[in-house]
Parts: sequence; C-alpha cells; structure tokens
Amino acid sequence: MTDRAEMFERLKGLIEPFNKKGVEVTETTTFAGDLEWDSLTVMDFVAEVEDSFDIVISMNLQAEIENVGHLVDAVTKLTD
Amino acid sequence: MTDLFSKFDALIAQREGLLATGVKDPFSLVMEEVKSPTVAICNGKETILLGTYNYMGMTFDDDVIAAGKKALDDFGAGTTGSRVLNGTFQGHKECEDALKEFYDMDHAMVFSTGYQANLGIISTIAGKGDYIILDIDSHASIYDGCKMGDAEIVAFRHNDVEALEKRLKRLPAEAGKLVVLEGVYSMLGDVAPLKEMIRISKAAGAMVLVDEAHSMGFIGKHGRGVAEEQGVLDQVDFIIGTFSKSVGTVGGFCVSNHPKFEIMRLVCRPYVFTASLPPAVVACSATSIRKLMHNSNKRAHLWENSKNLHKGLRDLGFQLGTPEAQSAIIAVIMPDLEKGAAMWEALLANGLYVNLARPPATPAGMTLLRCSLCAEHSSEQVSDILDRFERAGKAVGII
Repeated sequence: MTDRAEMFERLKGLIEPFNKKGVEVTETTTFAGDLEWDSLTVMDFVAEVEDSFDIVISMNLQAEIENVGHLVDAVTKLTD
Repeated sequence: MTDLFSKFDALIAQREGLLATGVKDPFSLVMEEVKSPTVAICNGKETILLGTYNYMGMTFDDDVIAAGKKALDDFGAGTTGSRVLNGTFQGHKECEDALKEFYDMDHAMVFSTGYQANLGIISTIAGKGDYIILDIDSHASIYDGCKMGDAEIVAFRHNDVEALEKRLKRLPAEAGKLVVLEGVYSMLGDVAPLKEMIRISKAAGAMVLVDEAHSMGFIGKHGRGVAEEQGVLDQVDFIIGTFSKSVGTVGGFCVSNHPKFEIMRLVCRPYVFTASLPPAVVACSATSIRKLMHNSNKRAHLWENSKNLHKGLRDLGFQLGTPEAQSAIIAVIMPDLEKGAAMWEALLANGLYVNLARPPATPAGMTLLRCSLCAEHSSEQVSDILDRFERAGKAVGII
C-alpha cells in the first residue's frame, strides 16, 4: 500500500464512528455535504484526528478542508 | 444576477416557519417604558425583566444619573471624534483611572463597546505566525477578533483543561501564543477552571487574556471577577470587560500590567478608527465603577437571588445549564426551538422577560431561555418569577 493509501485508510477508520448515515467514504466525500456533519461533530472529529496524530489542525486550516482528500493532504503535511 | 441575499434563504425559511405556527417574533420586542432595573412596560403590560445583564442594577442609580446629566450639560452630547484625535475628554481619563483603581492595574483603555475591546485587543496583539488558543464556546466578539487578525486559531473543547494542555504542547515552543478564556460563559452561566488553565498556559509560555464581562462587580473579593475569585488575577496579562452589564451603561475596556500596553492606543484599529463614548456615558460609567467597589450587601443579595432561582426552577422540574448557580446567569434548556419560542411567549404573556437564545449563539445546538438576575430583584419578585415559570411551563407542556 502507498503512503497516501495508508493515510486514507487510517483517516477512514477515524471517520467511521462519526459516519452515522453509513455514507461510502472516498477521497471526494465532503464533510458538510455528504457526511452532513454539524460544527459539533466536526469539533469532536478534529480532536480525534489531532490526538491520533499528535498534531494541531488550526481553524484556519480546517476552513480549507472540505473533503476527505483535502484532509489526507493536510494530515500528511502536518506529520511530515 | 446572483442575489447576494440567497445565502440567507434557509434562515428566512426557518423564521417564517416559526412565525407561521402563531408565536410572536422573539427578536422584535420593544420596551415601551422602563420603570426600574427590573421592571419595564412591554406590549402595554408591566413586565419583570430577567434577561438584561443589569446585574448590579446601576442603570437607575441616583449618583450615576446625576453624573451623566452634569456631563451632558458641561461637555455636550457627543465627542464627534476618535480617542486619539479630539475624542478624549476629562471623563474618558476619569473612567480609565476608575478602572485602574478597580482592578489595581497599571493600564486601562476604554473602547466604545465590549465587542470592540475584544475585537481590537485580540486582532492587534496576535499577528502572523502567532497562535490564539481559545475555548470553542467563546463569544462572537472573540471569534471576530481572531478572524480580523492574522494569527493561527486553535480551539479546544469547552472548559477542558486537558484538551488545552495537549494543544499547547503541540505548538512550536518559540511561537507567540495567546490563550483566550472567559470567566463566566454567558450562554450556560458556567464558570471556567481558570486556575488550572492559567497555570498550564503560563507553563507553555503563553500570554493569557480573560474576558470577565459577566463577573465584574460581584465575583471575587473586590468584584474583579473569576480570576480574582480563583486567586490567579496577578497572572492574567489582559482582562477584557464591558460597561453594558454590571456598570449599567455601554462601552468596553482592557486593563493590563504589561509595561508596553500604552502603545495599543496607536496600533489598535477598533480603538483608533471609531468615535469615542459620549461624555454622559463615561461620566455615568466612572461613577458606577467607583460605586461598584463598595457594595457587599448588593453582591450578597444577587447571589441569594441566583441561588433561589436556580433551586426553584430545578424543583419545578426544569433542566438547567449548570448543576448549581455558578453566576448570575441561569440557563433553562428547552427541548427545541419551537417549544422554546412558545415558552418565551407564554412567559412574556405572564409578564416576564427572559432571553431566547438559539444556535449558532448557543453550544451544542441548544435552545435556551436565559435568565440573568439583578441585585435589585426583590425576594418577592424571585417568587413571582418562579410562579410565572410554573404557569408557562405547564401551559406549554415542558414540565
């Protein structure tokens, strides 16, 4: 598995407990549109990702993350 | 042409849907007459005010009003100028002197509103490459201050000491950091664990700003707020406050012991590029702040009111925002917006005004009926308030 595929799988695993609608998760899945997450869910999920990777995802950066692919890119960069 | 207002369609539809159910618009109330800090005439009916933040009842204080009238006569209706040009009168200096004495701090800067105080200080001191670490439930003025500046914004779960600590540890050691906290959070009326949070923040090399808007005048030995109550005021770098709650007027301020603080007057845009407060407002405020230094009886009565209302509402079966009264704000949690609006209207029909608060202002998507007590509420009024809550709650089917 490539590094990117590995990162995607890891994040997908973190998304699942919050994926109440059972939406199929791909790189183009959006958090607000497809997963229908509200701000509260977003906060809990971000905290989960931050703790898992020991990183901080600032609100400035969060504003640019619309879909799972963006998140893969952002976390990859932050853990580099 | 794209209608720029189409982004508000969802809100317009929600509002129309709510009004279609027959309830009055909770956001268009007019007070036709104000009799005292606790009573007004609304829709022709005498109404007890339980949602004004007028904690110490200073709006009708004789000395405060006399000072305002005199200033109006002596200095005119307005300043027509910025604090840094023609807008600093004797009254503005007196107001800042009163604040320095009230908080026992070296510097005080008065803004035209509390909103502008947060906007100005936060956006100016945290710049590009710096970090602002804030509680997720922070007031809109804090978020807007963040948005106006160029710092990186990091949020942590409400009042969660461990979440704050983890995030501080992950930030670059050498970066400038500002931790922004509130003494009392205005939606649920809960108090922050400032002692622990400030210790952690200082250990991480951060500066600390605490918004004490909802605690001035009655929390802490000298009424300086939650940081004083928890014994950590000397470690707070910036206190933000407002005149529009306990002080009973309008305006905002920042007090600090930072040796370079005065430079703020030249670099803080929401201070520079707006007109200063009118002479009557600063005269009323300075008089009120000085009176707030000495009023332990009123403070004790406010706490008694708050505790009695909290216990009474809990005994009636309402769900409240805090397990016990932590401030002068008691938040009653409503099942949803429709029930909340109906309850709000039923209370008003019973002659009681409270605030209806709803998302996005509220945490966790809650609809709240927010009550704020006043030191001028009599014990009889508090009993009346409980009776009216009982009647309205039963009529709407919440209890």
